[in-house]
Amino acid sequence: MNRIEGRDKVTGRATYAVEYAVEGTAYAHIVGSTVARGRIRAIDTAEAYATPGVLDVLTYANAPETAVDNPELALFQSRDIAYRGQIVAAVIAESAEAARAGAAAVRVAYDAEPHDVTLRADHPGLYVPDKVNPSFPATTERGDVAAGLAEAAATVDVTYATPAEHNNPMEPHGALAAWDGDRLTVYDSTQGASTDRATIANVLRMPPERVRVVSPHVGGGFGSKGTTRAPAVLAALAARVAGRPVKIAITRQQMFDITGYRTPTVQRLRLGADTGGRLTALDHDVVEQSSTLVEFAEQAAVPSRMMYAAPALRTCHQLARLDVATPSWMRAPGECPGMYALESAMDELASALDMDPVELRIVNEPAYDQETGLPFSSRNLVACLREGARRFGWAGRDPAPGVRRDGRWLVGTGVAASTYPARRRPSRATATATGDGYVVRIAAADIGTGARTALAVIAAEALETTRDRVHVEVGDSDLPEASLAGGSMGTSSWGSAVVRACEDLRKNGGTGAADTADEIAGDTGFARHAFGAQFAEVRVDPGTGELRVARLLGVFAAGRIIDPVLARSQLIGGMTMGIGMALMEETRPDAEFGGWVNRDLAQYHVATCTDVHDVDAVWVDEDDPHLNPMGSKGIGEIGIVGTAAAIGNAVHHATGVRVRSLPITPPAIVG
Amino acid sequence: MVKIELRVNGASRRADVDTRVSLLDLLREHLGLTGAKKGCDHGQCGACTVLIDGRRANACLALAVAHDGTDVTTVEGLADGDDLHPVQEAFLAHDAFQCGYCTPGQLCSAAGMLGEGGASAVTEDVAADPGLTADEIRERMSGNLCRCGAYVNIVAAVGEAARA
Repeated sequence: MNRIEGRDKVTGRATYAVEYAVEGTAYAHIVGSTVARGRIRAIDTAEAYATPGVLDVLTYANAPETAVDNPELALFQSRDIAYRGQIVAAVIAESAEAARAGAAAVRVAYDAEPHDVTLRADHPGLYVPDKVNPSFPATTERGDVAAGLAEAAATVDVTYATPAEHNNPMEPHGALAAWDGDRLTVYDSTQGASTDRATIANVLRMPPERVRVVSPHVGGGFGSKGTTRAPAVLAALAARVAGRPVKIAITRQQMFDITGYRTPTVQRLRLGADTGGRLTALDHDVVEQSSTLVEFAEQAAVPSRMMYAAPALRTCHQLARLDVATPSWMRAPGECPGMYALESAMDELASALDMDPVELRIVNEPAYDQETGLPFSSRNLVACLREGARRFGWAGRDPAPGVRRDGRWLVGTGVAASTYPARRRPSRATATATGDGYVVRIAAADIGTGARTALAVIAAEALETTRDRVHVEVGDSDLPEASLAGGSMGTSSWGSAVVRACEDLRKNGGTGAADTADEIAGDTGFARHAFGAQFAEVRVDPGTGELRVARLLGVFAAGRIIDPVLARSQLIGGMTMGIGMALMEETRPDAEFGGWVNRDLAQYHVATCTDVHDVDAVWVDEDDPHLNPMGSKGIGEIGIVGTAAAIGNAVHHATGVRVRSLPITPPAIVG
Repeated sequence: MVKIELRVNGASRRADVDTRVSLLDLLREHLGLTGAKKGCDHGQCGACTVLIDGRRANACLALAVAHDGTDVTTVEGLADGDDLHPVQEAFLAHDAFQCGYCTPGQLCSAAGMLGEGGASAVTEDVAADPGLTADEIRERMSGNLCRCGAYVNIVAAVGEAARA
């Protein structure tokens, strides 16, 4: 089955944000702060204005006023500098080249202050936030952890570190803004046209109905386009000042500064288990960072609260507010770094108990969610572990580390569990019968998930017709309001609204409409999560530390799979990003100058074609009536959860070296 | 400003360009051909890959004025009318893309690569024709990044196109 927009994408006809041909469009280029903390003393724009082709220069001195409740979007409203790369000016010009030359000619004088961009587990500024993303308590405690550890037959007390990572979607963030009187159209690269419109309207102090966001194709996001980013606001301000449409495509380097990133973490895990492997205590302590502007606290320890049966459990998150940009969502925020640490620690516990790591997880399977007391709507982790072990050839695995050789390679295998919440958010949709088919409208976003295709499948089933008779319109805030593509909630949220709209159509005749707010308010009474098990085989050259992931298998339990082709692509895509997380992705803070040391794709490495060999994803049947009309769980994020732990555990099995700091690079292995 | 003339997707195109304009920006901003993508502007991601006189190249690293008189093929010119190029058909058949932003570069890179032959860094016997094994395809396509992680399907698609 082909993606509905597939032909447009392989012929170059699919149009992305800054590619719209709007008559008279000017170009903008941003100037980022060169200090990490301080205040702008003065900005000299004379040379920039004298640059051929330059139309205008935006600074704190002349920019239109905006709302300031989101400091990352309150462009030019303050002279204070909170991080290196923060936008201090923008040059508008007739051409991209002139805008860039003009930006290079802007002279900014700063009163710089000493900065701190380095997270440490003993940072003096650490504090416990009121909540972690989005609204979980920062600390929890049940049972007696100290007693549980004291009575344990085996314990581990280990600390893992994960680095800052950048989303790096292939399409750089960009926007084209055009005013028509007091109405604004923004062609934006966003994971949610409705939420983007609301944010832009708020920042510009406009009624939302006068803002339209158009985003039919989005070149990836992985969370970084889930919140409105500076280009959309900047394009709108610049277009207002210039009196003509303006587009801005930020550079790959600027993306590292102003489009969010995954916080680095330091995570201490203390586990205790009895001789049978049953956990007696689980303590998960997380240290992470945010900016001085906005408190964003990633929920890394939250999955530990429900993953296993543990009579005593404590979790805690602490934040340091540094002179850095605000961290944000990156594919599976919380679960991704948190499960890396938990699932690595579980492997260490299995070694300490001399127990098979698959079995260790199975004996700790909880009968219900011990965090909330709720039953699981469905939970098939054990089925995933057993099916994965069978397919992968796990049986008979010799647990001894560092003993399997194949030529120059040491070979090892590892396992880790995956989980991600299955939630949905209110959305609206309409369905209309046309002469020869149906039109379904919803302001959903297709960021590469195949949302159009999945919704066409869902609508066709609800209408008892074939997919080719359903035309789906998404990616425009003029369509019925929808939740964003994030938190693995897109298909569940939009699909619910589409099914209800189609049901309404069948009841009423020609048209149907739905708003799922009331229905979703009733989503209580169950703990809803997807689960999975990942198995990795690695080959390590002990002389050089060269490391290859030879095999990666994910087995998932994610409700009903709407479209097997799209699902497999998304799951192996998440696992592929997990290979990058395990082996190469790391953005290093620049302690001396602030910001980041590595700010491009030559120095921030993601997995390439040659790094990815035998990667596959399958799923077990799961019938869950407590989710949504489709019976589906989201699959956009669970693919990356557990991958890095499975690989790290396999590296230990291959070499005997336990690397507790990502990424696992050759120097970490050969020491 | 410099006057240049080049053939793009079989048609003669004239432009009067700033000497700073890259071939990529000439295509995207001046000729209305937005198929070739700008992912990094530094030759690090491959999203801008086009065929210049039949060879794959990063259009972001090529200055437009240095390509007067060349023959350029972009993703918009791969198909023959409604008949897709074999790599385009194979990418559709194998679901070898998600967001689609790296796809034009992957397609042009694959189309150029299929005609290259010779040995690569992973070829064991450089004197023999290695053929386009999966390892050879991975190596030869590794200049084109895909953040959605479609490599497994890309390798399958390129392999099928190679056999077509």
